[in-house]
Amino acid sequence: MMKKLGGFFRNIFSSFKKKKSIKLGIYGPPNAGKSTLANKICMDWLGEEMSSVSNVPHETREIVIKEKITVKSKGKELTFNLVDTPGIATKIDYEDFLKFKMNAKEAKERAKEATKGVIESIKWLDNMDCVLVVLDSTQNPYSQVNITILGNLAARNIPVMILANKTDLKKSDVKRVEAAFPQYPTIGISAVKGENIEGFYEELFRLIK
Amino acid sequence: MLTLQYIPHHEFFYLDLDQKLKKVLKSVKEDKIILIEGKLDPIEESELIKRTMEQIDRRFKGIEIASINYDFSNVDLFERFKKGLANLLLSRRSGLTIVGPATIVKEIRKDPSKIELLTLDKKKKR
Repeated sequence: MMKKLGGFFRNIFSSFKKKKSIKLGIYGPPNAGKSTLANKICMDWLGEEMSSVSNVPHETREIVIKEKITVKSKGKELTFNLVDTPGIATKIDYEDFLKFKMNAKEAKERAKEATKGVIESIKWLDNMDCVLVVLDSTQNPYSQVNITILGNLAARNIPVMILANKTDLKKSDVKRVEAAFPQYPTIGISAVKGENIEGFYEELFRLIK
Repeated sequence: MLTLQYIPHHEFFYLDLDQKLKKVLKSVKEDKIILIEGKLDPIEESELIKRTMEQIDRRFKGIEIASINYDFSNVDLFERFKKGLANLLLSRRSGLTIVGPATIVKEIRKDPSKIELLTLDKKKKR
């Protein structure tokens, strides 16, 4: 009798577990290629883009969610909700946006939205089940923003994969990213050119078990 | 003229989170670069970023922050054990955190046990 009851409750809990949709977050500093990656994933598996992309920092200023993306690789399937987040930064100067053909009013508005975006990104850390940390592999990986993001994910026991993006660029150095954070799986990709995206999908199955 | 303010461990790490953030941001908004003995934990760092974002305005553009651990990789095993034990006993006292206003500090380069602080050229800024 007790055994049967135990089995019954296990089944109930496992069905709840199955119903819970996995939230896969994309985090990183501004202009690392988070939205480009989100778009690549959505184009590959849904046939449509998710976020707007540009060279102007803080293009993504609100959380964007795409639900029920099913990735298939080597006979396996994985379904998750993809959460594209605004880039996390420690400083935002509206004058930086003036270089991108914006007038002062537009630049100030963008800066204001960008600050709110950073706050939202940090708040959403608590909601994630797994996270892809996208870093620009042409940049120094030892920035405090990168360390803070990874430290926060570690403190919350959230599984992480680092994507050293922009491998199509000459200055890209994936090994430097790997050496900076040896405790995390790191994959070199170019989200814009689609380089090593298959390798990334395979690793994704190891991340989301 | 640059103003550096040193905050020893005993003046900082007994404070609660809110007091710590207020202390840091008050000094930074007074255009001081602060050196804190010890490291903020990741949650404190993310709260500091959040609080910074809430306070950004025409004058205050944000912060530059970096913290370093002492590097034990080049010392022998016994030394490493001693330092590891000291670290454990002294909690987060080891290491150093630097925070400065983004209008003065252009970049803090870490590599990873060395810190270089680059300031903005005021003439260029204006």
